[in-house]
Amino acid sequence: MNALLDRIARLGRIVIAVLHSVGEVTLFGMAGVSHIFRPPFYGRAFGTAMMNIGFFSLPVVALTAVFTGMVLALQSFTGFSRFSAEGAIANVVVLSVTRELGPVLAGLIVAGRVGAAMAAEIGTMRVTDQIDALSTLSTDPMKYLVAPRLLAGTLSLPLLVVVADILGVMGGYLIAALKLGFNSTTYIARTLDFVQLDDVLSGLAKAAVFGFLIALMGCYQGYNSRGGAQGVGNATTSAVVAASILILAFDYVLTEMFFAR
Amino acid sequence: MPASVKLRIAGLKKSFGDKLVLDGIDLEVEAGSLLVVIGGSGSGKSVLLKCILGLIEPDAGTIEIDGRDILALPPEQRAVERGKIGMLFQNGALFDSLPVWENVTFGLLAQDRVKRAEAPALAAEFLKQVGLAETVGELSPAELSGGMQKRVALARAIAARPEMLFFDEPTTGLDPIMGAVIDGLIIDCVKRLGSTAVAITHDMASARRIGDAAAMINRGKIIWRGPASALMDSGNAMVDQFTHGRREGPIQMELRK
Ligand SMILES: Nc1ncnc2c1ncn2[C@@H]1O[C@H](COP(=O)(O)OP(=O)(O)OP(=O)(O)O)[C@@H](O)[C@H]1O
Ligand SMILES: [Mg+2]
Repeated sequence: MNALLDRIARLGRIVIAVLHSVGEVTLFGMAGVSHIFRPPFYGRAFGTAMMNIGFFSLPVVALTAVFTGMVLALQSFTGFSRFSAEGAIANVVVLSVTRELGPVLAGLIVAGRVGAAMAAEIGTMRVTDQIDALSTLSTDPMKYLVAPRLLAGTLSLPLLVVVADILGVMGGYLIAALKLGFNSTTYIARTLDFVQLDDVLSGLAKAAVFGFLIALMGCYQGYNSRGGAQGVGNATTSAVVAASILILAFDYVLTEMFFAR
Repeated sequence: MPASVKLRIAGLKKSFGDKLVLDGIDLEVEAGSLLVVIGGSGSGKSVLLKCILGLIEPDAGTIEIDGRDILALPPEQRAVERGKIGMLFQNGALFDSLPVWENVTFGLLAQDRVKRAEAPALAAEFLKQVGLAETVGELSPAELSGGMQKRVALARAIAARPEMLFFDEPTTGLDPIMGAVIDGLIIDCVKRLGSTAVAITHDMASARRIGDAAAMINRGKIIWRGPASALMDSGNAMVDQFTHGRREGPIQMELRK
């Protein structure tokens, strides 16, 4: 009887701890968002964040997109030729890239690249008292550090995904036209014919959410890191893991919202 | 008539987990004076300053500035009050993503008291005051030695000419001559600008040079108060042991048990 109660108590504590963290992250996110809309605005910090998240992630996102498109074309060819449905490759590529793979892969890669860097930077500022120093210099750290990053994350990931979409489709086209012997005019025509604004926009909306989540986890983990270099290391890992899991979970939720009718 | 009290702390308590760090601190600092706080490593001196700044939320007690309980103020008001206090952090806490000149003028820029284009020239003046060349302004904090970082941090703390100044070990890591220069600068700030200051230090020579009053903190309590000139012969066994750096004495006895 006692053992059972113990176990229930332990389970309860875990549930409470999880809810507690979710609540804390939510409050942190809401505070950060509210600072986006209230002056003073830090344009310089926002610009730097846009460069770091958007511009410097371009090469790696671009490479991922091209190869993903190529693999997609190759895989669907081997699969579809069994049903003599090779003609659908163009449709499959454009649909998967714009709806799913563009935003999710770009999100995961940016989470690893930028989420980690954000957590490390803000975490170092925390453990070396730089965040405290900001508040003694008439600067709200939530406004100066967190708000610009949240905004930049939300805006720059969709831009990256536009690039990823184009390059992903192009990767598929390269394989189809050069290796699988498709007529390139027909392939392009089919792609353009099939691509829908809704699909692209839903992908971009997902990307905006993912970008926000990446920045949120990076900032939250960094802001709350404790205990020197090791604490910053832990914060970095947590930021990437949490952002990746959230991206996949929200991907499901958003897909339900957009397409389950 | 006695001078007015700028800062009054009463019954201030703070624990981290089950570790009691501040155990009922009572302190007063007269307007325009400099209080030196001494005490062993880990006795809670930095935590005390951070509580006054509102960077750490104390568990109990009151902190009054100009007779107003700042702990009772709403957050926005507290942020304003915090802006009136300059702080030199123990490890400098320079922003390593910004050049030195922007570090020095950060508070002034944040309060729109200087234009961005004029900031580097202004920073150069402050740097000169702390014995650094103008060219240092263009460097990043990571390119400076520890002592230089400390001086930049000092320049940053005093740049806004705050009403109150906190120095957390201002001369640690400096050579003796530079230490004396910094002491002079601190005295200058306090006396000429009329700021009220609290300085934490382990440097007894510096403590007697800059301090008006002195207090010793041990195990989270103020165990002695007196004029800074009396530090070396206070008549208190713990203070004597500390200021003369003796290995044997009441403080070590406490650690052993
Ligand atoms: N954020 C924190 N979380 C947990 N414990 C803390 C925190 N800040 C300080 N402490 C603990 O409080 C105690 C006092 O720390 P504090 O930094 O005030 O010491 P100090 O008197 O300034 O020492 P030193 O002269 O070495 O700078 C230490 O034992 C420290 O471990
Ligand atoms: Mg300290």
